[in-house]
Amino acid sequence: MTLLGMDNLALTHTAAFIGGALAMGLGAIGAATGEGYTASRASEAIARSQENAGDIIKNMLVGQAISESASIFSLVVAILLLFMDITDPGIAKAASLLAAGLCMGFGAIGSGVGAGIPAGRSCLAIARQPAISGRITTNMLIGTAVCQTPAIFAMVVALILLFKPTGDLAAFPTCAALIGAGLSTGLAAIGSGYGGGMAAGASCEGVSRQPETATAVTTTMLVGQAVAQTPSVFGLLISFVLMFRSFPESTALSASVGLLSAGLCMGLGGIGPGIGNGMTAEGAVRWVARRADYAGDLMRIMLVGQAVSQSTAIYAMVVSLVLIFVV
Amino acid sequence: MAIEGVDLVKAAALLGAGLSMGLGAIGPGVGEGMAAAKACEAIGRNPKEAGLLTRTMLVGQAVAESTGIYSLVIALLLLFVV
Repeated sequence: MTLLGMDNLALTHTAAFIGGALAMGLGAIGAATGEGYTASRASEAIARSQENAGDIIKNMLVGQAISESASIFSLVVAILLLFMDITDPGIAKAASLLAAGLCMGFGAIGSGVGAGIPAGRSCLAIARQPAISGRITTNMLIGTAVCQTPAIFAMVVALILLFKPTGDLAAFPTCAALIGAGLSTGLAAIGSGYGGGMAAGASCEGVSRQPETATAVTTTMLVGQAVAQTPSVFGLLISFVLMFRSFPESTALSASVGLLSAGLCMGLGGIGPGIGNGMTAEGAVRWVARRADYAGDLMRIMLVGQAVSQSTAIYAMVVSLVLIFVV
Repeated sequence: MAIEGVDLVKAAALLGAGLSMGLGAIGPGVGEGMAAAKACEAIGRNPKEAGLLTRTMLVGQAVAESTGIYSLVIALLLLFVV
């Protein structure tokens, strides 16, 4: 079976090149924005406290390096797409390579922006409390590392899509399922990456304002970030189902569109709850720093609030599963 | 790949269901998160009223949830009824 009268090798190469361009083009958005934010906060911090410029610049560069990693993942996937050997060309392979590019491109946006937030806030924090700059940088490193998780999920899915043998799969509807798999993890990663960054940013500020509450602040940040990652885990789950379930051959348009729609539904549906959970965690972390004696109450209200905000991601997952298994 | 009318309509309904729930989940997710963030702030300022504030947050979130439930209803209607 061929598409648009193109031979399969040309089609597969076309998809790989478009996928590579999208991976790097979309993947550059997040890191560039996040690092710009970090640099702006570092400039502000140096203006407030010139004598600590060395520590602030060091912290800025470390933070930016982590924020950069999301777009380095994109670069790796893009280079693989441009130069890989295509051994089993076909419609399913073409879709798989395009999906790998989309997944990594979208998936790097949230983590890049998100990691820039704690990096920038920690520069301001060092200007405020230079005496504990080591503690602040450590807290920033933990926070930014967690922000990268959604981008890592996207990279895992992109690499599976790159190297998955598609030779014996039915071209339709498998091609739509694979693009859906890429969109599900890629889009859902946007919210979780950004949300995790909001929580980490508040914790850097909190540690500098009330250094004695640092342990409670870091703990609340990690719990809040973990919950904010959930939508991207749902996205990963739907991607794995779409990638590894074998679908019976069907050239009906509705069979293909249904699977594409399942990926799109979970991907889009994960964005809002990821950001919302991050906002909640940011509020909780900020107030744990100020009222550490009520850390338990604040943690409880944060988790209840996040659970409710999570509900729409769960609806999106249910609709995606219905689209895959029922209709 | 031949596309027939019935097939096209079904495909549109499935795509519509995914878009309805996917896009519809963005707003309530962000809005409820905002409500919960402000509830954390309020409890930080006035911890004695934690019970009242939790109740208020949940009522507010329930209202914000309504559009997410509308999206779910429309998605299920598109999947199983239309």
